[in-house]
Amino acid sequence: MSRNVREKETQACFDIRGLRRVYGKGPAAVEALRGVDLKIPERELIVILGPSGSGKSTFLNIVGGLDKATAGEVLFRGLDLSKASSTELTEYRRRNVGFVFQFYNLMPSLTAWENVALITEIADAPLAPEDALALVGLSDRMDHFPAQLSGGEQQRVAIARAVAKQPTVMLCDEPTGALDSATGVKVLEALLDVNRSIGATTLIITHNAGVAEIADRVVVFADGKVRETRVNQAPINPRDVTW
Amino acid sequence: MLDRKMLRDFLGMRIQAIAIALVIAGGVSVQLLSSGLVTSLEETRRAYYERNLMADVWAPVVRAPQGVIDSLRQIAGVQAIEGRLRFGIRIDMPASQGPVLGEVISIPESHEPSVNRLHVSMGRLPANGRRDEAVVLKRFAEAHRIGPGDKISFIIRGRQVQVMVTGLVMSPEHVYAIAPGELVPDEKRFGVLWMNERALSELAGWEGAFNEAVLRLSRGASVSGVLGRLDSELAVYGAVGAFDRSDHVSDAFVSSEVDQLRTLGRVVPPVFLGVGAVLVYVVISRLVMVQRPAIGLLKAYGYSDREVLMHFLKLVGLIGSLGLLTGVLLGIWFGREMARLYIRYYDFPFLLFRAAVSDYVVVGAVSALSVLGAGLLAVRASVALNPADAMTPPPPPDYSKAAGIAITRARWIDQQTRMILRQIIRWPGRALVTVGGIAASLALLLSVLVMMDGMERMIASYFSEANRYDAVVTLTEARGPTALHDVRRVPGVLAAEPFRVVTATLRSGPSTERVALIGTSPDSELARLIDSAGKEVRPPPSGLVLSDDLARKLKTGPGDTIELQITEGRRPNEPVEVAALARTYLGSAVLMDITELNRIMGEGAVISGAYLKTDAAQEDRLRTELVQAPGVATVSFLGPAEDRLRALMDENIGVSLTVFALFAAMIALGVVYNSVRISFTERQRELASLRVLGFSKVAVSYILLGEVALLTLLAVPSGIGAGCLLSMYFAEAMGSELFRLPLAFVPATMATASLIVMGTVVLSGLIVRQRIDKIDMVEALKSA
Repeated sequence: MSRNVREKETQACFDIRGLRRVYGKGPAAVEALRGVDLKIPERELIVILGPSGSGKSTFLNIVGGLDKATAGEVLFRGLDLSKASSTELTEYRRRNVGFVFQFYNLMPSLTAWENVALITEIADAPLAPEDALALVGLSDRMDHFPAQLSGGEQQRVAIARAVAKQPTVMLCDEPTGALDSATGVKVLEALLDVNRSIGATTLIITHNAGVAEIADRVVVFADGKVRETRVNQAPINPRDVTW
Repeated sequence: MLDRKMLRDFLGMRIQAIAIALVIAGGVSVQLLSSGLVTSLEETRRAYYERNLMADVWAPVVRAPQGVIDSLRQIAGVQAIEGRLRFGIRIDMPASQGPVLGEVISIPESHEPSVNRLHVSMGRLPANGRRDEAVVLKRFAEAHRIGPGDKISFIIRGRQVQVMVTGLVMSPEHVYAIAPGELVPDEKRFGVLWMNERALSELAGWEGAFNEAVLRLSRGASVSGVLGRLDSELAVYGAVGAFDRSDHVSDAFVSSEVDQLRTLGRVVPPVFLGVGAVLVYVVISRLVMVQRPAIGLLKAYGYSDREVLMHFLKLVGLIGSLGLLTGVLLGIWFGREMARLYIRYYDFPFLLFRAAVSDYVVVGAVSALSVLGAGLLAVRASVALNPADAMTPPPPPDYSKAAGIAITRARWIDQQTRMILRQIIRWPGRALVTVGGIAASLALLLSVLVMMDGMERMIASYFSEANRYDAVVTLTEARGPTALHDVRRVPGVLAAEPFRVVTATLRSGPSTERVALIGTSPDSELARLIDSAGKEVRPPPSGLVLSDDLARKLKTGPGDTIELQITEGRRPNEPVEVAALARTYLGSAVLMDITELNRIMGEGAVISGAYLKTDAAQEDRLRTELVQAPGVATVSFLGPAEDRLRALMDENIGVSLTVFALFAAMIALGVVYNSVRISFTERQRELASLRVLGFSKVAVSYILLGEVALLTLLAVPSGIGAGCLLSMYFAEAMGSELFRLPLAFVPATMATASLIVMGTVVLSGLIVRQRIDKIDMVEALKSA
């Protein structure tokens, strides 16, 4: 039985209609998204698959309020992100979104604890930084600087940073892309734990089709469109993912 | 192809490059300005003096027969000598503001003068044998719209004379044409006429006599030897003491200006070029760091170390050349402006700003050396890397050591502030450059403002504290007490205090100084001396009050006894005690009780003039009356003198100050912009990540600009400290016999300088801030 699927009865966290994104103008224009329609229910863990250039990162950037749609609607709990101002988008990111990036994007001059505190200081109802770090199993590395941590540890700090603000949405762009499989598993476990414990809608972009097995729902992008959406009836444990 | 890359690099960093070039330009232009103006002034002066046979020595006497000249000519070292007549006169200016005081000087008829030849700029010299012709100092003539063919009447030794003006002239003795006892030239109130010798001697009843010998010395002659011989030979004719150019007011003013320019050139350019070199080092180091992979690639493809090195040095050379060229153009422009300003105060027939070739060579070499040297240091290490190492990116910065410092661990600090502190601690050298640059900028600016305050203080001290009289009148010769009553009776004179002035030589051990010794009454209220503590110093019943600059030159102090040799009258010579010291900023002073001075002179209770308190409403009438009064030699009002001095300073120094403030701001701008810009490039990804995480533009700007703000706060005290030291040096180096700059450290001035520098910092911050606003969040997330 799937963990969070209550498809019919829950309101959608994101309701996306006719989403298009064009870069450049005239003959040099590149259409990254060519009309995406997608409903993403609350609290689900969703894996987005697709080859390079399929538009999945552009999609994530728009959903995360980092980029703006050329056409279409992106409704987040009724708020249309495609019409929001830069200040409103900043506010949206600050209040609702937890980001996890492929290259961690930690502040090198702050320790693990301080990197998390950076976010909890501006959040509304944050976890204590030490609790967020405990959640990803880094209680003993709180005073280390990024330069003193392994890639997996750095990514777990990044997850703790994203979780600490108790976000509505977690957006993860290739979170395991720079990691070996053993470390990747730990990171996926951490993401899954977080999804379960705080109930944040979680979107994970990946190249790795095996990772899709852990999702409640899988969305496959191709040529700037959603090619397929399928509900995963029996999500598996990250440890059982074939890497 | 490498050159094309170099040009692209240059364009990519153009604002930084321009900021550096401007700092270099500041140094180059000040260097060129000062050395060029020194060259121009000295060369002009030398050429003018040489062509017009400017005297080396002046020897005034009371009256001596012309025959004496021939025996003086025999003194070893004398190349040429003329005995001439020089009298104070009162010139009637019909149309203008009434009579004006001046002097008339004789010119030989039988031969071309062998000393002090006039430069005729319009008309001609008086014709041989003509007794009714005169030439007039050009500046005076122009101020009164007098030209050849006009008639001038004047009073000489009580006789009214009318002459026809045949020409307007300039004189090497009157480059800075200043009336006796005045501080600033006033072409309207001091006129100089020249007439044929015979005509003048007949008018004055002085046939066959002279009252001033002027001499030119041969190269290598002993000046002091000649002065000594002149004094002893002329003593019987009432010599007051021969003097050389260093005591000649006009020449001393030019020399003082040259000294000031030299000081400027010694201090300011090194600061600019030093900062410029450091900026080149910092910016190029950063560029090389960013381009490590490219350097590796170039080397992997077979470019030699030398070629790669040259590639970067060309870039440095381009920045340096830009600075040099801008600086040279700025320097020439500014030099021409200053030369134009000088010509209004210094009366040279011509004054062109023309720096010597050597000036350009020195400027070019010094700036090239500092800039290329800094570039070489920055590039050397990276060029030597082997290609494989160069192509792997440098390891990420490790901040664990910076965190060891307790303050950055404090929990109560917010994380953004923590980032600022760690950044500074992690890159102390860079922080030091920023602090040093801002401090240098502030120091330069402050030192200029402190000098301005000093001048204000100097003027206030002279005109408001020490000399509280409104006007001073001097008599053609010392007269009895009735003279004072006469002056007091003139309408508009509210009070008058007598003084006696004699020329004297002070000796203390091997040191000698020619001075004007003034005797005043001990209860004088109008003319006072103030000591270093700001207290009034009154002349003691016996002994002298010396100004501290004279005491320093004579190496003497209170309680010492020095030798007083009066060089007038019966030339008494006696030891006197230095009773107290006083502080004067404008000129020097030697003061004694008038009763005691008259006792020493043995000529009875006489006075040389009086200090007056006057009714301001009647000033014009009073001036006319006093000038017309018999036996009056000079009349000068302090108010107009103060106004002229202020006008001169405002004009001369106002221009320099503006330029200086701009240059100082250029340093701050160059340093801050570059430091913030580098920091921005390095941390672009960090800042973009923060924006992604929901930090506002203001919060992100705080991390970048907060660092500069903090460093600026650190720089301000050190800048103020350095500025005070620099001011002290400037005050010491620029002081001369003519004036000394008091050091006035006014808090408001420090605040002003700090605010200007902080304003510049804010401006640079705002320029970079625009980039934060345009930061591309998506781009920053793509790469490691």
